[in-house]
Amino acid sequence: MNNNLYKYILGIADNSLILGQRLGELCGHGPSLETDIACTNISLDLFGQVRSYYQYAAKVIGDGRTEDDIAMLRKEREYVNVLLVEQPNTDFAYTIGRQFLFDVYHYLLLNKLQNSHDLTLSAIAKKSIKEVSYHQRFSTDWVKRLGDGTEVSHQKMQEAIDGLWTYTDELFHQTEADKIMVSEGVGVDVTSLKEQYYAIVSKILEDATLKTPESKWFQKGGKQGIHTEHLGYLLSDLQYMQRAYPNMEW
Amino acid sequence: MSEEQIKLEAERSRSLEDQFEARIARDEKIEPKDWMPEKYRKTHIRQMSQHAHSEIVGMLPEGNWITRAPSLRRKVALLAKVQDEAGHGLYLYSACETLGVSRDELYEQLHSGKAKYSSIFNYPTITWADMGAIGWLVDGAAIINQVPLCNTSYGPYARAMIRVCKEESFHQRQGYEIMIKLANGTPEQKEMAQDALNRWWWPSLMMLGPTDDVSVHTEQSMKWKLKRKSNDDLRQQFIDQTVPQADLIGLTIPDSDLKWNEERKSYDFGEINWDEFWQVVKGHGPMNKERMKARVGAWERGEWVRDAAMTHAKKKQKQAV
Amino acid sequence: MSTKNWPLWEVFVRSKNGLEHRHFGSLHAADAEMALENARDVYTRRNEGVSIWVVESKNITASNPENNGELFEPAQDKIYRHPTFYDLPDEVKHM
Repeated sequence: MNNNLYKYILGIADNSLILGQRLGELCGHGPSLETDIACTNISLDLFGQVRSYYQYAAKVIGDGRTEDDIAMLRKEREYVNVLLVEQPNTDFAYTIGRQFLFDVYHYLLLNKLQNSHDLTLSAIAKKSIKEVSYHQRFSTDWVKRLGDGTEVSHQKMQEAIDGLWTYTDELFHQTEADKIMVSEGVGVDVTSLKEQYYAIVSKILEDATLKTPESKWFQKGGKQGIHTEHLGYLLSDLQYMQRAYPNMEW
Repeated sequence: MSEEQIKLEAERSRSLEDQFEARIARDEKIEPKDWMPEKYRKTHIRQMSQHAHSEIVGMLPEGNWITRAPSLRRKVALLAKVQDEAGHGLYLYSACETLGVSRDELYEQLHSGKAKYSSIFNYPTITWADMGAIGWLVDGAAIINQVPLCNTSYGPYARAMIRVCKEESFHQRQGYEIMIKLANGTPEQKEMAQDALNRWWWPSLMMLGPTDDVSVHTEQSMKWKLKRKSNDDLRQQFIDQTVPQADLIGLTIPDSDLKWNEERKSYDFGEINWDEFWQVVKGHGPMNKERMKARVGAWERGEWVRDAAMTHAKKKQKQAV
Repeated sequence: MSTKNWPLWEVFVRSKNGLEHRHFGSLHAADAEMALENARDVYTRRNEGVSIWVVESKNITASNPENNGELFEPAQDKIYRHPTFYDLPDEVKHM
C-alpha cells in the first residue's frame, strides 16, 4: 500500500468528481439544448476520468474499498478537491468561468502527467488530455462570447471571473504527498505550471475584453480538506443513496 | 378571384391532394418542399412538436436523480440517457423546422401551455427505483410507439425517429437493469422496486393514449402513417410484453384483474382511471406546474446568454469584412 | 432586451475516411465555431464521425420540387448513358 500515491490520485480525481457533479446539476436546465448537451458531455468526460482514477486508487489502497466507496463514503474533511470546482452554478457566467479557470490548469497538469513514471497515471492522462483539450476550447470560446458579447454578458462574465479569481492560486499549492510523488517522478510539480497558467488566462481574458483581476489575496484549504460551505450540500446529494442505504449493491 | 377561378383552384388542389394521398399509399416519402395539404403540415407540426416537448420535459424527472445516483456507473448511464433525451428533442424540433416553424415558436407554445407533452412526466420521481421504472416502463411504452414511426410518411420525421430509436435501445435496458438489481437486492430494495412499479404502471398504460373509441385523430393518422396501430392495440402489446418481464424479476403488476386469456393469447387487465389521465392532461397532475416552471426558468435565465452569443457572432462577422 | 435567435445550421458528417460527408441533421448555433462544437456534441456522441461540415441553412439553395419534371425527367430516357444500352457478345470479357 502506498499512502502517498493514494493521496496523490485523490488530489487529482476529486477535482473531476466535484466539477462533474456540478455540471450534472445543470443537465436539463441549460440556456439552449445544444449548450445543455455540451455541458453534459463535459460532465461525462470528467466522471469517466474519475472512475479510472478511483479504480486505480482502490487498487493502490488495497483494503477492499471500491471506486464508489471512495467517491461517496468519505467525510467532508476527507475530500481534497480545490475550492474552485465546488463553487455553485450561480449563473452561466460562473459555470463557464469556473470551467475555464479549471480547464487551463487541467490541461497543463495532464500534459505533464503524461510523462509520469506511474504507467497507470500516465495512461489516464494521455486519454484524458484529449477530452480536456476540447473542454478548454469550449470554455475559452464561451468566455470570449460572453466577455465580448452584450453589456450585460460582459458585466456578468467579469463578475464571475472576479468572484472565482480568489480560488485560482490554490491550484498551484503542493501537499506533502504531492512533494513526495514529485520527487519519485510520479507526480507533477504544479508550482511549475503557475506562470504559464496566468499568462494563458490573462491572454484569453484580454481577447474577451475582460480585465485580469489584480487581487493578490487568495483562498486556500481545499487540498487540506477545509472547504467552502458549498461542498457539504453537494456531498449530501452525492452521498445520499450510499448513506441512506448502506452496504447495498446498485 | 372569380367563382370560376375558385372552382378551378379547388379542383386543382383536390387532384393535388389525391395525388398526394396516392404517393403515401405507395409508401413514397414526403419531403419538406413537396406540396402537402395544410392539414398534413399542421398535424405533423403538432405531433412532432408534442413529441419533442415530451423529450425535453422528460429530462426533468430523471434529471432529478443525476446528482443522487447511487454509484458512479449508474450516474454516467443516467447522465448519458438524459442527454440523449435532449438530443432527441433537438432532432424532433429540427424536423418541425423543416415545415417552417421555428424552435423558438414551439418553445413559446410549450411555455404558454398551448402545446401538450406526454402527461406521464407530470408524476414525481421520489426514489431511485423510479429511474428503473421509468427506463423500463416509460421507455418501453415509448419504444412501442416509436418504432413504427421510423417508417412514417414524412421524411424528416422518419429519419429523426430512426436516429432516436437507434439511440434509445440502451435506455430501456438501463432501466430494467436497475430494477433487476433492486429486485435481487435487500428486502428494502425490493420494496423500493415494487413501490415504483406500483406508481408507474398505470400512468405507463395511460401514456399509450386514450381508448380507441374516444381517440380523435386516429383514422387520418393511420393513413399518413403517423400511427400504425391503434392505442388499444399498442397498450395490449405493451402489457403482453411487460408482464413476463415483471414475473422474471419477481415483481407484481399492481392489477388484481390482470390474468392470461388463453383464447385471446393476451392478458386481460383492469380498468384504467381515465379521469386521472384527463386531469393530468389538463394540468392538474402533481408536477405540471413545477415542470413548466423549470422549462420556462431555464429558457429565461438563458436569454442573456443566447443574446450575448449572437451579438458576439455579429461583431466578429463585421470584423471579418 | 430583444431575443436574437440563433440561426439554423445543417450538419454533414463523414463517418469514416473513404466515405463522403452525409447530411446528419441540423441544429442552432450563433456562429460557425459553435455550430461545429455543437455538431460534435450532438451528432457524434457515439463515435459516428471523423469529419464535420456545417453550413448555415440559409446558404443552401435548393431545387424546387415543382420543377422536378423539367429538372429530372429529361434524364430518364437517355438510356445510352448506361452501360446496359450497348449490345456486346457474351464472349467479351473485362468490359
